Amino acid sequence: MISLGHFLTLGGLLFALSVIGIFLNRKNLIVLLMAIELMLLAVNMNFVAFSYYLGDMAGQIFVFFILTVAAAESAIGLAILVLLFRNKSSINVDELNTLKG
Amino acid sequence: MDVQSALFYAFSAVLLFAAFRVITARNPVHAALYLVLAFFQASALWMMLRAEFLAITLVLVYVGAVMVLFLFVVMMLDINIDSMRKGFWKHFPLAAVMGAVIALEMAAVLMGGFRVTSAPAAAVASQAAADYSNTKELGKVLYSQYLLPLQAAAALLLVAIIAAIALTLRERKDSKAIDASEQVRVKRQDRVRLLKINPSTMAAAPEPTEAKETKT
Repeated sequence: MISLGHFLTLGGLLFALSVIGIFLNRKNLIVLLMAIELMLLAVNMNFVAFSYYLGDMAGQIFVFFILTVAAAESAIGLAILVLLFRNKSSINVDELNTLKG
Repeated sequence: MDVQSALFYAFSAVLLFAAFRVITARNPVHAALYLVLAFFQASALWMMLRAEFLAITLVLVYVGAVMVLFLFVVMMLDINIDSMRKGFWKHFPLAAVMGAVIALEMAAVLMGGFRVTSAPAAAVASQAAADYSNTKELGKVLYSQYLLPLQAAAALLLVAIIAAIALTLRERKDSKAIDASEQVRVKRQDRVRLLKINPSTMAAAPEPTEAKETKT
């Protein structure tokens, strides 16, 4: 029988994979954004699993709002990416040093 | 192993494989397509958890809108893949250690702490009713208890639309598009110039007029 722990472990594995993805794809901004989407998916998985196993609807509501925020985030992120590519002709994260931070 | 467990393991395996391919795929287009696969698997898993509305929303919003946006951007940009891949495995040892630590810690805590194997009996009974609708229940809570957050989310989406358009909108320099507001605001002095022409210099002209309107 599948327990709540199984779903939470799946979410944890997914989150760990996307953390590794952020480390590996240091140069490709698009894949970085995709890794962030995977991270949000892992968190949403935990919310839905808790919502089912604890019999509470609030978890699904939270997933709904996270989906909204994630959609807005990726839209603005991609807009910035396009703007960046237009100005620098590259999406290499290492080259984004104009702010000297 | 019952059917539900088998389905869970099958969907999870494909989900993790797709996630792995997303972060290691050479071509960003392939990464985006694997991400679509990952979203489909997650959607199936949510179906198993009786979150039907969110499962469908995930497919519609993510696969239908966000991933198409990703693919558009990936195909629009001219990316040099080889330079992207340089030093790809340089950070792998650190990343693998961190990922393994995160996964092991989470698994140790979660597998031990949450051995709940079934939903509460009351929830199962209400969900088993023939006229139970996940969408209806979600809507009831969303539009009563969470009405203010819903409005905030709507405002957030509006801000995101405006921000995305404002960031990427640019006017071409050679564009001949007409700006209506500029046309309405124009004054007579801006366009019309009255010239006094001396008649003696215009003797050859058949009917010299004293004023001539020229458009600039």
